[in-house]
Amino acid sequence: MAFNLVYKRFGERSVLIEWPSVINEKTLFDVLAFKDKILKSNIEFIVNINHAYNSLLITYENLKIDFESQLSSLQKIYNHKNNYEQPKFTQWHIPVCYDAVFGVDLEILSKAKNISKETIIEQHSQAIYTVYFIGFLPGFLYLGGLDDTLHFPRKETPRLKIEKGAVAIGGHQTGVYPCESPGGWNIIGNTPIPFFDVKKDNPCFATSGDRIKFYPISLKKHHEIKTLVDAGVYQLESEVVHG
Amino acid sequence: MVKVIKAGFYSSIQDFGRIGFQHYGVPYSGVMDRYSASMANAVLGNRKNAAVIEMTMTGATLQFNGNANICVSGADMSPKINANRIQLNKNIAVKTGDILSFGQLNYGFRSYLAISGGFKTEKIMQSRSMYQGITNLFKLHVNDELAVSDFIKMNKKNARIKVNNNHFNSDQIEVFKGPEFDLLSKEQKDELSSKTFTISKDNNRMAYQLQDPLNNSLQPIITSLVLPGTVQLTPSGKLIVLMRDCQTTGGYPRILQLKESAISVLAQKFTGQNITFKLLEY
Repeated sequence: MAFNLVYKRFGERSVLIEWPSVINEKTLFDVLAFKDKILKSNIEFIVNINHAYNSLLITYENLKIDFESQLSSLQKIYNHKNNYEQPKFTQWHIPVCYDAVFGVDLEILSKAKNISKETIIEQHSQAIYTVYFIGFLPGFLYLGGLDDTLHFPRKETPRLKIEKGAVAIGGHQTGVYPCESPGGWNIIGNTPIPFFDVKKDNPCFATSGDRIKFYPISLKKHHEIKTLVDAGVYQLESEVVHG
Repeated sequence: MVKVIKAGFYSSIQDFGRIGFQHYGVPYSGVMDRYSASMANAVLGNRKNAAVIEMTMTGATLQFNGNANICVSGADMSPKINANRIQLNKNIAVKTGDILSFGQLNYGFRSYLAISGGFKTEKIMQSRSMYQGITNLFKLHVNDELAVSDFIKMNKKNARIKVNNNHFNSDQIEVFKGPEFDLLSKEQKDELSSKTFTISKDNNRMAYQLQDPLNNSLQPIITSLVLPGTVQLTPSGKLIVLMRDCQTTGGYPRILQLKESAISVLAQKFTGQNITFKLLEY
């Protein structure tokens, strides 16, 4: 099960651990398992651990840390045998309105790919996406699992303003803009669900390893859910799945 | 309370930023120049990471609604209390109604105002650092009223500190190898350590872009983690030095990593100024 990992110093107080350069769930779950083991090992002076597709970044509080000994403790933790289990995860059901009001690039996608808008919507909302990590913007989920037929290049010139909640496709990825921002992805819809809420103890409902399933809603339903969300009474649908 | 009469070009409340929230995609933020901000706090006997006002390029005009001790450090923007010039890096007592204003920029780019006990504005995710989308305010505006601890009078210990002028004068930016450094060719490595780079007009709290591209044939990497001080090499050969408000992840090769003190040095530079990289061994 063990991967061949590369340990690199990254600045004065961080260590970067790299897995082979591929994006897949096997790598993700190994990254998450290692991260979990480090968190449980209570190594002193660690102030931050963060991960991406195939990397883990560990930041220490102290500039005068002895990196040689840190590296060997980390290697020991990784190599320590334990019964690896795919963790249980939550599958979130996210309503998306694909109406032309929001899905401003659906037409372009449909023409360029010669697929009907209905098929694009169906394929986009049929897949179950895996949350790899959160980065780029607060609450921006990096999702895996976009159907090959929907891969579509980013715009040559990014839009200066993309609406909060915009659901978009960029290259082989799909995602939701958690706040208004510039961006080069093609917008196919909008969700009324907030993906980052600074007022909550847990500002992002989803975490790495969770699954996301989009489902189409009408413009009217989008409005209704938005009203409930704004009133703070909307209950997001989800189910816990054991791996 | 401190009232904002004029906000200046870009002023915000900053402390040492948010650590431990990056897995939500939250930027680190914090003062761009930790050296100068720590200096201002040290003079007042504050914790070194107490919240200060960071002013960029031009200073703010502020009115004090109580007696306090203040210290201005960092860039010299000709600070005045009422009509009188005050010294930098010095403990200055101010009274209710006094007005702090700034004039000509003599050196540096960012000036810091510390106040006894520190600013006590909104704290989110263990930090008062302003950042759009995290805090309600992300920069100072006219008529903002900024909470301060309690206008305590402090002792005269550390009443003035001498700063190291090298912090503002040196063109040298100390760096370590970044995770993708070893992918560079010998020519690229030589170019990095011998060339003088000019700071482009695209420089802000998020990143400093440098003019003078490097010949580049490196492929993008699978999106990975970045830090303040990470130097990214873009496909066009342009170098981007990430600063305190940078995003948490990126897909360009990370060829260098600034020493922490070098982030503070770079934070005092502005458009058109030159820098060179000095590669350090780990």
